[in-house]
Amino acid sequence: MLILTCPCCGVTAEETEFHGGGEAHIKRHGPGSSDDEFHGYLFEKVNPKGVHFERWRHANGCGKWFHAARCTVTLEVFGTYSAQTTEPPQDIKDRISARRPGWSWREFA
Amino acid sequence: MKRYSAFAVAREALRNHMGWERAWASPEPRKKYDVIIVGAGGHGLATAYYLGKNFGITNVAVLEKGWLGGGNTGRNTTIIRSNYLQDASAAIYEKSRSLYETLSQDLNYNIMYSPRGVMMLAQTQHEVRGYERTAHANALQGVTTEFISPSRVKELVPIINLEGPRYPVLGALWQARAGTARHDAVAWGYARACSAMGMDIIQKCEVTGISREGGRVTGVSTNRGDIACDKLGIVVAGHSGHLADMGGFRLPIESVALQALVSEPIKPCMDVVVMANTVHGYMSQSDKGEMVIGGGADGYNNFTQRGSFHHIEETVRALVETFPMISRLKMLRQWGGIVDMTGDRSPILSKTPVEGVFINCGWGTGGFKAIPGSGWGFAELMAKGHSPLTAEFGLERFREGRFIDESVAAGVAH
Amino acid sequence: MSTRLANGGRLLNKARTLEFTFNGKRFKGVEGDTLASALLANDQMLVGRSFKYHRPRGIVSSGAEEPNALVGLGEDARFEPNQRVTTTELFDGLTCASQNHWPSLEFDIGAINAKLSRFLPAGFYYKTFMFPRPFWKHVYEPIIRQSAGLGRAPRDRDQDSYEHFYAFFDVVVIGGGVAGLQAAKAAGDAGAKVLLMEQTPHWGGRAPVDGGTVDGQPVDKFVDGIVSVLETMENVTLRRRMMGAGVYDHGYLLGYERVNDHRPDASGPRHRLWRIRAGQIVTATGAIERPICFSGNDVPGVMLASAVRDYAVDYGVSIGDRTVVVTNNDDAYRTAITLKKLGLEIPAIVDTRASGGGALAGEAIELGIRVENGKGIARVKGKKRVEAVEICVQAGEGAALEEIRCDAVAMSGGWSPIVHLWSHCGGKLLWDEEKAMFRPDVDNAPTGADGQGFVRCAGAAEGHLDLADVLNGADAAGKAAAQATGHTPKRSKVPVADNPKEAGIEPVWLMPQGAGVKLRMKAWLDYQNDVKVSDVQLAAREGFESVEHAKRYTTLGMATDQGKLSNINGLAILSDALGQPIPQTGTTTFRPPYTPISLASIAGEARNETFQPLRKTPMHRWHAENGAYWEPVGAWRRPYCFPKPGESIEDAVQREVKATRDSLGLLDASTLGKIIVKGPDAGRFLDMLYTNMMSTLKPGRCRYGLMCNENGFLMDDGVVARLDEETFLCHTTTGGAESIHAHMEEWLQTEWWDWKVYTANVTEQFAQVAVVGPKARKVLEKLTDDDISAEALSFMGWTDVTFGTIRARVFRISFSGELSYEIAVRASHGRAFWDMILKAGAEFDVTPYGTEALHIMRAEKGFIMIGDETDGTVIPQDLGLDWAISKKKDDYLGKRAQERRHMSDPTRWKLVGLETLDGATLPDGAYATAQGNNANGQRNVQGRVTSTYHSPTLGRGIAMGLVLNGPDRMGEVLEFPKVDGTVMRAKIVEPVFYDKDGEKQNV
Repeated sequence: MLILTCPCCGVTAEETEFHGGGEAHIKRHGPGSSDDEFHGYLFEKVNPKGVHFERWRHANGCGKWFHAARCTVTLEVFGTYSAQTTEPPQDIKDRISARRPGWSWREFA
Repeated sequence: MKRYSAFAVAREALRNHMGWERAWASPEPRKKYDVIIVGAGGHGLATAYYLGKNFGITNVAVLEKGWLGGGNTGRNTTIIRSNYLQDASAAIYEKSRSLYETLSQDLNYNIMYSPRGVMMLAQTQHEVRGYERTAHANALQGVTTEFISPSRVKELVPIINLEGPRYPVLGALWQARAGTARHDAVAWGYARACSAMGMDIIQKCEVTGISREGGRVTGVSTNRGDIACDKLGIVVAGHSGHLADMGGFRLPIESVALQALVSEPIKPCMDVVVMANTVHGYMSQSDKGEMVIGGGADGYNNFTQRGSFHHIEETVRALVETFPMISRLKMLRQWGGIVDMTGDRSPILSKTPVEGVFINCGWGTGGFKAIPGSGWGFAELMAKGHSPLTAEFGLERFREGRFIDESVAAGVAH
Repeated sequence: MSTRLANGGRLLNKARTLEFTFNGKRFKGVEGDTLASALLANDQMLVGRSFKYHRPRGIVSSGAEEPNALVGLGEDARFEPNQRVTTTELFDGLTCASQNHWPSLEFDIGAINAKLSRFLPAGFYYKTFMFPRPFWKHVYEPIIRQSAGLGRAPRDRDQDSYEHFYAFFDVVVIGGGVAGLQAAKAAGDAGAKVLLMEQTPHWGGRAPVDGGTVDGQPVDKFVDGIVSVLETMENVTLRRRMMGAGVYDHGYLLGYERVNDHRPDASGPRHRLWRIRAGQIVTATGAIERPICFSGNDVPGVMLASAVRDYAVDYGVSIGDRTVVVTNNDDAYRTAITLKKLGLEIPAIVDTRASGGGALAGEAIELGIRVENGKGIARVKGKKRVEAVEICVQAGEGAALEEIRCDAVAMSGGWSPIVHLWSHCGGKLLWDEEKAMFRPDVDNAPTGADGQGFVRCAGAAEGHLDLADVLNGADAAGKAAAQATGHTPKRSKVPVADNPKEAGIEPVWLMPQGAGVKLRMKAWLDYQNDVKVSDVQLAAREGFESVEHAKRYTTLGMATDQGKLSNINGLAILSDALGQPIPQTGTTTFRPPYTPISLASIAGEARNETFQPLRKTPMHRWHAENGAYWEPVGAWRRPYCFPKPGESIEDAVQREVKATRDSLGLLDASTLGKIIVKGPDAGRFLDMLYTNMMSTLKPGRCRYGLMCNENGFLMDDGVVARLDEETFLCHTTTGGAESIHAHMEEWLQTEWWDWKVYTANVTEQFAQVAVVGPKARKVLEKLTDDDISAEALSFMGWTDVTFGTIRARVFRISFSGELSYEIAVRASHGRAFWDMILKAGAEFDVTPYGTEALHIMRAEKGFIMIGDETDGTVIPQDLGLDWAISKKKDDYLGKRAQERRHMSDPTRWKLVGLETLDGATLPDGAYATAQGNNANGQRNVQGRVTSTYHSPTLGRGIAMGLVLNGPDRMGEVLEFPKVDGTVMRAKIVEPVFYDKDGEKQNV
């Protein structure tokens, strides 16, 4: 039973208030994209054992989507942040680096 | 392999059971095998078994990180059915169900297949139409099912409450030859049979890397040294993504926790398996007497083998409503397993971008029932490069938009 | 025999006698008894039969760990199987019965299994019962099921009520023994909000029974004092009869409160399930004494030494007149001393330690008790009751040195901390060689959302067995928990305990050490499931080397006590058999709940009408009052039809269709989703959402639109009305209202967050009525002066209209092919408007119709229905809806997906109409067969029925379906086998059966 804090309304709430939305920071590929790009966008998931950037909606609350950085093995939540961004904010990255030395994600290490 | 029988048990009893041999050997890994299977769960062991039995390939190692049968094979609710809608699914699950029927005799190991019948309740008009469609499809697929009336439902399951104030039972899809089996025994029986064919089942052997040369697999690295092979089958359920990473490819998979629970044991009160999809719950009674109850999956990636309690609440609520007499029974134990969910919720049995590497994964919530059929088809795929049972379950289907979607009966209401 | 003593019984109120029955026999107990102590006071030692061999079983413990003494409690709607007598408080009028025997407890036919036990070792069923094959289902399995299962199944619906309760605390302390009390006090003193729960009705745990002093006074007094202080603290909540059932992620904790089990006639819920969020959890759950494995250790009368002591001190019950104590540690001496002081006889203390015990041993010897060091019990004599024990050298193979007559054996194999709650959420364990126990590894606690540990242990649960250590550790745990939740602990003195110093334990896993196979086959590990030492050894020999394998193969620890007594002994035996140290073998996984909790408490209040909330339209009551035959649709219930008295469902539907087509029908369409999409970028947004072009829609006009998901599949449809330049109203299907709104928000918030668009789901703000049929305009014109003529309000237009005092938005759209208006009014006006139309429509024989008539009329017109023609695998191109897919747009959700190979495949099945040759109605979901079989031996198919009805308008069956190359095969006849094997033949036709040119809706 997770507890998450919605960065939009500031409420810290039970998992049952939220709705999980899978991996975050996936770039949409529409018409004109290659088969590989489109397949990667729609189906290939990182599915890591460890730090996962993921989307959540405060469905039974303010209704806003946000992102969370969470460990899929310990369920530690490194932070939640606005969904209106293409990569995690620096303070979240710093916190993850502190808690998981040597961890890397995409270009960021 | 000494055969098991009532006579053998009696013979051993007279020497206080000191004469039983190991069910499976515990060898050191050799330098090279023709085929390595990673994962000694039901699917991996069944694959090895049919490689030997159907194709004479016995220079096989099955590598297991923990203990054999210790993943989802030993954590599920043991339901076996094949009343699937899509042809590809019905084919592999029905092959599986029919193999289960004679598996105890084939393996000389009683896996206690109990063809007690499985019913799926229809509690909305939409479900009625969906199951009528499935019954039509099944008739053409060679799967015997029928859509039965509420009174027949009550006859088969006297403890059911047909007139729930919220979702009355309007009928059910009934597969009389579906049922349950003893899950651990399936893994143990296959393991014993594989070992008897000279295959090496190596437990506590974790694969840490996949070696390739010119796009072709050459072997694996493990915590017990490097082992060479010509072909590699990856059959590791919730850890498939991790292994695919080692092979340098990605899978359309996300791993989530699926939960189940059992009640304390009671005397027999329910002879069939009942699944109620509208209210989300299913229940059967084990031979020990426990009510075995399947719960929901979490909506987030999770590798903890634990789930959130509200899913247990939802499931129990639905079943207390459907079977009011279970109210005063007690939950004995709850647990979770990691299931890998694909883009269309159907499994992947496929070649991979690495030549010689094959993958069998993505069984989601339905893997146990598929074990023999999956092993049969996957062994054929690995041995011959093609199997009609697995043909539709290739990785490329997502790229082509050719899905095998079994959730169609659960489409939207009007 | 066991009996009530003249003295003792600190928990009893002997002034009040309670009556109860066991197996129909009437017994007396006193207030304060547990069912166990009351049964023992009446010399009812035999209380049940074991699972596999049906061996006689007596009470072995005094607490939650009891594996044997389970009864069926109560009757009828209050019957409950498998209730532990040790945790059941006695109440007046209690009825119970023993389980798992036939015909009676004393004479059980099933006990034949015990005689055959040599032939029924662990896992024997995997090796047998295979031939002949049908026998498993028809013979073997029914017999096995019938003989297993323990208690009988309840039959009736539960008459009690149950509830859930949410609670939030800084610190939750589980266990109200001295450790829990001290931890709660320390945390409470620091100002933390604290909950302290205790599973029994009594504070203090077992310390008051065990003796010693705290701050110079007896433990009882200390407990009374600290409880009275805690009761005055406003920040501390105390709950007895409440068990910590499970620890889950992020500090979620289940508390199981048995509110009224002990007073079944009281009002209020029977059980209350607390869903607690705790900042920190302190488990002060104590420890469980281990049995010792010797031959005959399951004979009734063999009991845990601590339990024997509990029954004497707490309930004034002696288990026997002559009790042999067998132990490998000092604690059991307390039992001997206690009994001796009560005037009972202790023929011997059999201590396996060659060097003997410490101070307590000295005290026992001073009392004149015979102590035999370095000895063990070779075997227990007696069948349904202990008669004697044979003493042997522990180091030997079991040659009897002496037989000692006795009627009870008190055994102690040492103590195991209760680490269940610590372990549920990932807390790790250490093997403590010196104390011979698994205890919490405090450096590897379960971690919470912040990655820090959130569970601590106190007292015996932490591995402390000395009273002073217990109090010191508990005080520290309470303070640390308070500190971790932001409070500053007070510098306070820890109460000073005084207790005799104990000599160390010497682990004994088998007695005697060299016991031969005959003895091992009678040395029980798991009493309920009948697992013996020899079974675990057999498992190891057969290669079941993992602790999980051994457990599953032998069923060790899988009984209702989940191995509370048996697990440690079992894995020690396994380790020995494998020749490896205990920690290398490890433990099985601890799973919630700690002890079983009622399913009813998990379901809570959600039963019957409150099972799931029902959504109701403003006209719901009218429907109910007018005989609606309901159909559940999502969370709603919609009228399927309105049968008149004596009319069948089918006839009602046919009548409703005809009446509507002939004159005037009325449909409650309020459940349709209604979503406002507004803003400067609203048109652009809807162009992405719908396959059609929506931005070109003119205000005042409506357009039918299709929505696909990004994977290309059709997910919803509906009419979009443009209200003004910046505002659209999107109608969705009933089931789609919430999901489509969520879908819109998802794309707006996570992909196009810079677009200026707002959405609002106004589904419940409006009631919507479809006024349908040739007389539709006539009836509306009676009710308004506004101009709703064909010219003023043409097909696919909308306008504001006032009906009397009710303002409405009227959409001229049709899902039936008739002249039709869908009229939206404020929800609060819905019923009034409905009544108004009914009244005005009387002269046109207005007929309310339900969902089935709706379906038939749309099918007659060839309109698709989401969920029938679509099933999540269908794309708009399959349904001949290419006209609704804009060719001008660069992009819409699903466009790229639909370019994939399989989606542009010309062999996809396409929508057609189907007409049976004989006018009969095709069955729902039937498939059209093609020649031959596929590679898997399945019949080839070339199409399927998606909707099928008997059309009252045409007087024949009509259907729609998806067929291979269907639109190019008009007039071809397909074969549709029915499930009974007969075949129906149907011709491929256009999917529009009625009014092909749309003249009726366009008048």
